[in-house]
Amino acid sequence: MDVRAQIAAVFHLDKCIGCHTCSIACKNIWTDRKGLEYAWWNNVETKPGTGYPTLWEDQEKYKGGWELANGELRLKLGGRVSRLINLFYNPYLPTIDDYYEPWTYRYEDLFNSPEMDVQPVARPISMITGEPIEIEAGPNWDDDLSGTPVYARNDPNLKNLSEEERQKLFEFERVVFFYVPRICNHCLNPGCVAACPAGAIYKRAEDGIVLISQEKCRAWRMCISGCPYKKVYFNWNTGKSEKCILCYPRVETGMAPACFHSCVGRIRYLGVILYDADRIEESAKKSDRDLVDAQRDIILNPFDEEVIKAAKANGIHESVIEYAQKSPVYKFVKEWKIAFPLHPEYRTMPMVFYVPPLLPIMAFRKGEIYELAKDFFSTPESVRIPVRYLSNLFTAGNEDHINYALKKMLALRLYKRAQNAKDVPEEEVKKMMQQMELTPEVAEEMYRLMSLPTFHERFVIPPSHRELSVERSADVYDTKASVGFGFRKPPQRGM
Amino acid sequence: MLDLFLFVGFPYIAIALAIAVGIYRYFSDRFSYSSLSTQFLENNKLFWGSISWHYGILLILLAHLTAFLLPDLHLAVVGGPLRAVVLEVTGWALAMYSLFGLVLLAIRRLSDTRVAVTSNLADWLLLLSLIVQVALGLYVAVFYSWGGLWFTQTASSWLWSLFTLRPDISYVQTMPWAVKLHFFMAFVIILLFPFTRLVHVFTVPITYLWRPYQVVIWVRKSVRGV
Ligand code: SF4
Ligand code: SF4
Repeated sequence: MDVRAQIAAVFHLDKCIGCHTCSIACKNIWTDRKGLEYAWWNNVETKPGTGYPTLWEDQEKYKGGWELANGELRLKLGGRVSRLINLFYNPYLPTIDDYYEPWTYRYEDLFNSPEMDVQPVARPISMITGEPIEIEAGPNWDDDLSGTPVYARNDPNLKNLSEEERQKLFEFERVVFFYVPRICNHCLNPGCVAACPAGAIYKRAEDGIVLISQEKCRAWRMCISGCPYKKVYFNWNTGKSEKCILCYPRVETGMAPACFHSCVGRIRYLGVILYDADRIEESAKKSDRDLVDAQRDIILNPFDEEVIKAAKANGIHESVIEYAQKSPVYKFVKEWKIAFPLHPEYRTMPMVFYVPPLLPIMAFRKGEIYELAKDFFSTPESVRIPVRYLSNLFTAGNEDHINYALKKMLALRLYKRAQNAKDVPEEEVKKMMQQMELTPEVAEEMYRLMSLPTFHERFVIPPSHRELSVERSADVYDTKASVGFGFRKPPQRGM
Repeated sequence: MLDLFLFVGFPYIAIALAIAVGIYRYFSDRFSYSSLSTQFLENNKLFWGSISWHYGILLILLAHLTAFLLPDLHLAVVGGPLRAVVLEVTGWALAMYSLFGLVLLAIRRLSDTRVAVTSNLADWLLLLSLIVQVALGLYVAVFYSWGGLWFTQTASSWLWSLFTLRPDISYVQTMPWAVKLHFFMAFVIILLFPFTRLVHVFTVPITYLWRPYQVVIWVRKSVRGV
């Protein structure tokens, strides 16, 4: 057992209101710079939709993540030699047009315009070339299902839905969508790290944050292809790849990452988990159906004496183990089993977990009785978003997991409804709770963490113990309160 | 006197600067070591330009290098008349291939606005020097044919004299102007190495072939892989 710690997250999709505050918080801090105008380390997409960059889930096109070839894990990009052969031209690299050409407006025109009969207009200009452009796409062009015929209908996750199911999805008055906020997943088996020929990308064992060494990156561009989530961005100005850093300077000082901190819907949870690094490869090799379970299994029980002993032996600080025991992520993923990784079939073992949306369930009142569709504990099949669609997104097609999670949340909802509105028959609720192995205690705990969590219940950030790493090379008192990147000059292109 | 500078003084200066500045830049400003790829901004012309240029020049340099380092092997290879012809023609083809790539890259850099705005003086200086150098090489190959045979006795000997610190320009003094210019330009390009994106040549990630896929760093311990 090789125990490592990982800062992981849960996004509760039912609560996301699609406000993009998270994206703006991130942009303002990290990517409001020349070369990264187009990059959104945090972005929010409408599903069904094609996302950002367009069709990023189409791995036949972008070749991201891993695949099983004769029982062995292989990058979809091909073997090691092919990466070197393609150094001069990466055939699978998305270009800026797959994202969008960033623009601003020539606001001076508004002030400098001569007097005219019509209002002056500020023309859009490209932030790359400075020339006027026609705006053709943006980072959330298909927000709230806009442009459905071009975008939502081409969502790769609709692949195995019947024609009828698709029709229903977009039927007027039944139409349905939800939001999926995305950041780098700080994967356990990252494709970006494996694809980087220069070895510039690394995972920090103490907290699992995946970073790109800006000094080692040589612009070979393979990480951009290797990441199936397209969460590595090429800075076209400095000629370096950059990605979400999980706000490590904030996390190291006990603050939540900016996108978490600013989340309006309070959908985000952050906590540390312990996992067994010895079993990463074996777990990533499981068949599609078993991937979610395998990923759950590799997460260790932080209360188990054996695990604690092995963790300590590996240099994991006692306080981190304590925080792992309080982790909200552990509860959602391991105990309640209602949070799933996004596209586990990419086999990078992502560490951001999503609680699938229950969405508008079809309920109505019959006299004094509140009813869900036909019977009380209506099957999730009557949920408006097809379970198959959700399973394509979150469980590599395994519908059992989604059914279980949705039913559990339905049971919880009815349990609270019976308590507060008293219009659901007691026996029905009991039956459901039993079926879903839900005790009133657990139900209350779930309710509390999902609906009324305080800041500190949502973000259980383990101490980073920087002093322990600092003291090996410098005086702890000298470096006290200093945190950051160590860059002493602004990044520029070339020499 | 001029010859002495061009073929003894300048080469030494160029090499010394290339090494000194290259090392200094590596340790003082490693961030600037990058191939500065623009594929992200323009993908189509780059395909034809970059692949032709890189593979063409790699093979040509390989031929130059074997002639220089392993002259006996080289002469044995080009020894037979048929083989000499094949090599000669292959050389022309490769030179044209890489020149085609370079010119395309230059056109791309000029005509594609996105790429144009990222270009600086160093980029242009390098690109133009390379075009001149490859064009000269092609010219020499065509008009002073059988370079594969005379290279070892002239250029190689001169280079060896430089490297063994017993510089002797008699090997090159009587060469035609185009050949001399080709030799000189070679060192101009060496001089450009540390000041341009050419440094990426020295960081070709060959270790990727055997390093573990995953890179995991314990900040509090040493580096280790999975
Ligand atoms: S999401 Fe992509 S960039 Fe982030 S760790 Fe995973 S493979 Fe790397
Ligand atoms: S800030 Fe929160 S609620 Fe708003 S879009 Fe982002 S994740 Fe959703």
